[in-house]
Amino acid sequence: MAKRPAYSNLCKAIEEGKFVVTGELEPKKILDLSKILHSAEEMKKTGKIVAANVTDGPQGDAYMSSLVPSYLVQEKVGMETVWQVTVRDRNRVALFGDVIAGAVLGLKNILTLTGDHTALGDHKRGRPVYDIDSTQFAEMLSMMIDEGTDYEGNELEGGKIKMNFGCVANPNSNPREPEILKVGRKVEQGIDFIQTQTAFEVDEAKDFLKDLEQFNVPVLLGVFPLKSHGIAWYFDKFIPGVSVPKDLLKSLKTAEKENKGNKPAKYAAIDKINIEYFEPFIKEIKKTTKAAGIHCMAVEYERLFGPLLKDF
Amino acid sequence: MIITQLKDINEIYEMIKPYNKILVAGCDDCCQPPRSLNEAKLLGQLLELKARTEGKDLKWKAITVLRQCDDRIAATTVRPFVEEYEAIVSLACGLGVVMMNKILTSILTFPAQNSHFGGTQYNSENNFIEMCETCGDCIIGETGGVCPRAGCAKHLSNGPCGGMVDSMCEVGGYTIPCAWVRMWERLKEFNRLDLFKKYRGPRDFRLSTSPGYIEIYKEYTNEQEEKKEGKE
Repeated sequence: MAKRPAYSNLCKAIEEGKFVVTGELEPKKILDLSKILHSAEEMKKTGKIVAANVTDGPQGDAYMSSLVPSYLVQEKVGMETVWQVTVRDRNRVALFGDVIAGAVLGLKNILTLTGDHTALGDHKRGRPVYDIDSTQFAEMLSMMIDEGTDYEGNELEGGKIKMNFGCVANPNSNPREPEILKVGRKVEQGIDFIQTQTAFEVDEAKDFLKDLEQFNVPVLLGVFPLKSHGIAWYFDKFIPGVSVPKDLLKSLKTAEKENKGNKPAKYAAIDKINIEYFEPFIKEIKKTTKAAGIHCMAVEYERLFGPLLKDF
Repeated sequence: MIITQLKDINEIYEMIKPYNKILVAGCDDCCQPPRSLNEAKLLGQLLELKARTEGKDLKWKAITVLRQCDDRIAATTVRPFVEEYEAIVSLACGLGVVMMNKILTSILTFPAQNSHFGGTQYNSENNFIEMCETCGDCIIGETGGVCPRAGCAKHLSNGPCGGMVDSMCEVGGYTIPCAWVRMWERLKEFNRLDLFKKYRGPRDFRLSTSPGYIEIYKEYTNEQEEKKEGKE
């Protein structure tokens, strides 16, 4: 298949060979988006972040739809977004409708996801949709972008949509082979980039990136700087397949304990731990792998971006 | 087998509360665990005890039917009792309860059970597993005999989701094996990963949209065949 043009700044930067960094914004059960917009502003100020992911009901929770925040961040902050869309809550009809709505709003990147099951979220009794899976969603997007049709081949008035889209891959997957085979199938359906779930062990990450090299598709490796011990603990315990290294958990706990009551000192200590852990990690990835960049999932932890990314 | 579970006794009692004489009908065929005459008797006794706590004298009779979902069998077995009783409590799956209501028009039949799925019992363990969703479009020939629709909580067609941890599914607290890992293991064993890698397009949900209807009796004579072949 001929390579699709880079419509988004993210894909353009990747094409130019830059080592890109993306951030993450998480609209939750909120009416006020000022915090999200502030986070985006802070990310933009660092000058290091090319685009910010906007999550779509992570962990199966009922949160604000990702469409509007994705648009507002682009419109009000001028920061490009990677619009996360899961197939958990919408059937093919709604997905098509949302995607063209997003295209009209000027969104340029979609990240296709299956989505955590509703049984894991805060509306456990709800019925998940999963009408199509994320691979089929990729096929549908390819048709919309490359052929200008819906999923049944009906023409889209006004031509083709101009977007790039990616899929996710999980480096923590055990066994790994079915995961790699699945990614291969998504590549066949025309994805523009791969964004991975978070990795903490550099050797494992490198190994995974090596496995993905065969597809010749840019990969953004997921990293997750830990804003607090609580978040690290939650991530370790509740995010499928992710385990935070014990030493890292312990040092975060100690830092919080030692600096109890002194917020600036606590923040400084936590930032130091993260920089000491992730800076060499990212350097190693940049130096020794073919990764196109990293996806930094530090939600509401923008203060780290400047010092962490100063050399990138 | 159709996997069913008895409803809470209070819920069953609430349904039959307005009646004084009830018929409790077991079903001998595919319900698992079995819901036959003994279970019908036991349910009758429980309902009688429950009624007594409310100072009510409930009369009941237990019978069993070979298959409540078969209109002829159900009608011939149950009709002789209908006149004498005010309501029927059925221990069949949902199919049986619906059929009883359809053929016994002068009396209401209430369900005593929740019907869960068409399932299997494995290794004689006391648990049942859903392995077929009766989707109307069987693809297990491509998946090593493991159904990705009944077996996968997300009904995926193209490989495992990212929620699988050490081969276990994120739904159910990592206690149920991931169907896609089982498919991969099985196809790998037979050197058929070509099937695992195959892209499967979106499902045609017309094949499983309710209410399902299939006409199995179609007229056929060899005369038609001869006509088709041009042999008048």
